[in-house]
Amino acid sequence: MARTNAAASAVAVRPGKSLSRRIKDNWQMYLLLLIPVALTFIYKYIPMYGIQIAFRDFKASQGYMGSEWVGLYWFRRFFSSPTCLRMIKNTVLISLYSLLWSFPIPIILSLIINQLRHARFKRVVQTVLYAPHFISTMVICGMLRIFLSPSGGLLNLIMGTSVDFLTESSAFRTIYIASGIWQDAGWGCIIYLATLANVDPGLYEAAKVDGASVFQRIKNIDIPELLPMAVLNLIMAAGGLMNVGFEKVWLLQTDLNKATSDVIAVYVYQQGIENAKYSYSTAVGLFNTVVNIVLLLIVNKIASKASDVEFV
Amino acid sequence: MKKASGMSERTSDVVLIVICSIVLLLVAYPLYYVVVASFSDPYEVYAGKTFLLPSGFTLDGYKAVFLNDGIVSGFLNSVKYTVIGTVFSVAMLYITAYPMAQRDLPGRKALSIFFLITMYFGGGLVPTYLVVKQTQLVGSMWALFLPGGVAVGNMIIVRNYFQNSIPHDLVEAASIDGCSKLRTFVSVVIPLSMPILAVMVVFSMVAYWNDWFTALIYLGGKGSPLPLVMRNILIKSSATASQAATISGGYAELNKLTELLKFCSMIVAALPMLIVYPFVQKYFEKGFMAGAVKG
Repeated sequence: MARTNAAASAVAVRPGKSLSRRIKDNWQMYLLLLIPVALTFIYKYIPMYGIQIAFRDFKASQGYMGSEWVGLYWFRRFFSSPTCLRMIKNTVLISLYSLLWSFPIPIILSLIINQLRHARFKRVVQTVLYAPHFISTMVICGMLRIFLSPSGGLLNLIMGTSVDFLTESSAFRTIYIASGIWQDAGWGCIIYLATLANVDPGLYEAAKVDGASVFQRIKNIDIPELLPMAVLNLIMAAGGLMNVGFEKVWLLQTDLNKATSDVIAVYVYQQGIENAKYSYSTAVGLFNTVVNIVLLLIVNKIASKASDVEFV
Repeated sequence: MKKASGMSERTSDVVLIVICSIVLLLVAYPLYYVVVASFSDPYEVYAGKTFLLPSGFTLDGYKAVFLNDGIVSGFLNSVKYTVIGTVFSVAMLYITAYPMAQRDLPGRKALSIFFLITMYFGGGLVPTYLVVKQTQLVGSMWALFLPGGVAVGNMIIVRNYFQNSIPHDLVEAASIDGCSKLRTFVSVVIPLSMPILAVMVVFSMVAYWNDWFTALIYLGGKGSPLPLVMRNILIKSSATASQAATISGGYAELNKLTELLKFCSMIVAALPMLIVYPFVQKYFEKGFMAGAVKG
């Protein structure tokens, strides 16, 4: 009783504290935040300010503001470059197909894993499925190169063929997406499994008493439970639709599969870091970012209209 | 009635176990195949004789890994970056998340927005590179740590953990006993946050151990971490010149060793993290849930 009173009075007193008092109470907190805020400002916000070089002819000696303003020159140059359309198309298609395939699989997997009643088997399944997530893309791509090799690669051995998959541009997307699913579908289950673990066990008991089969339980209890999380994930994924990972594409790209493997991220790296065309690369990267943000806003709008919830 | 439902329970159990076993095989087999191949004669591997067990058993590949200067120094570099990077990043997470968990902190909302924006929008590759260059970090290992700053997504998970999973009574009691907020942080909050600390340490370790892109951009070829060293072996298929000199059997032997080195270096690069994560696996779900609840 006394404790409740103390809590109540604490709540009552708190809003009464003056701003200067609260700042004094928290001076140590500001001290802790000093380094994180400084680092974020220097390495996140100054680069945002630096985006202006996309509209300038940047010369390091003249600085951001001193370099000549060229307006949309770099953007026009990008849109008129011969591989521009191909890169946009490849970027969008790779991520769109990735999304279509790799979004539903973790949901289905976690619905199944969640129903496993043998605890130790369930643990083994989870442990093994998470494993590829902890492996570097470098190793993954090394494995892919070996498995897909025309002379003695695992896939060719199994199929009894000798196809050089990495020179077939028609195979690139499949390779990229399938290996992505292999690596991350298991890890993608975590958030769904955590959600399902919170389902009231009483619901299952009641369903069992009513004679509901496993599949009815999944359909009527689990799926509705997962829906909000799934929608949230979908929105976030849509916002990253143009974010095709640089690493895997760069490591799997060959001269012969470029028709489908040429993507914006690799171009930004090659132009910006390898060729030191700073302004041009920044412009291309900015175009990519803007498309992403527009997509995120659109999907967010649609989803919040549909579900009455503001997600982002 | 009851018996019938029991039967169907059992059949559905079997169906589920079969499906999971197939998935299990699909995920595990490629890894198993690499392990087997790393102990086998590469010609036997490429002839399709090592689907289940090694053929032409050999430890030459692992010997070559330990004699390869590039791989050894890459491994040591990776260990160094992983240890320093993890300490740095987790410290950053903690000293950001704790103040952000103080509900009475003036300016909390503005600071939240300040950090959150960087999750959705950034300067991009080149503008960031230019700032790293201007701050004299190119070529220094600090370029791997400092520009990452605060991992905002993880920071929110830790902050929510502080707000939701640390018993409020204990924090209150410490403050009534006259503990400052910093003191409470060190002696109450940190010791009670071990599960989320373990998860964040592992996340950070994995990120640094597996990273090579940052090193590719900022290190300028010096002090390359293991994955970047492996790029020459895996993607470009080239053994080092020093290695070629030490091989007596000529081109065929060298070729064999290059192939063997691929399998063995992949194992050496992947194994450390595969050993580590099962220890904190049970905390993953809890950590995610604590973080997903809005505070």
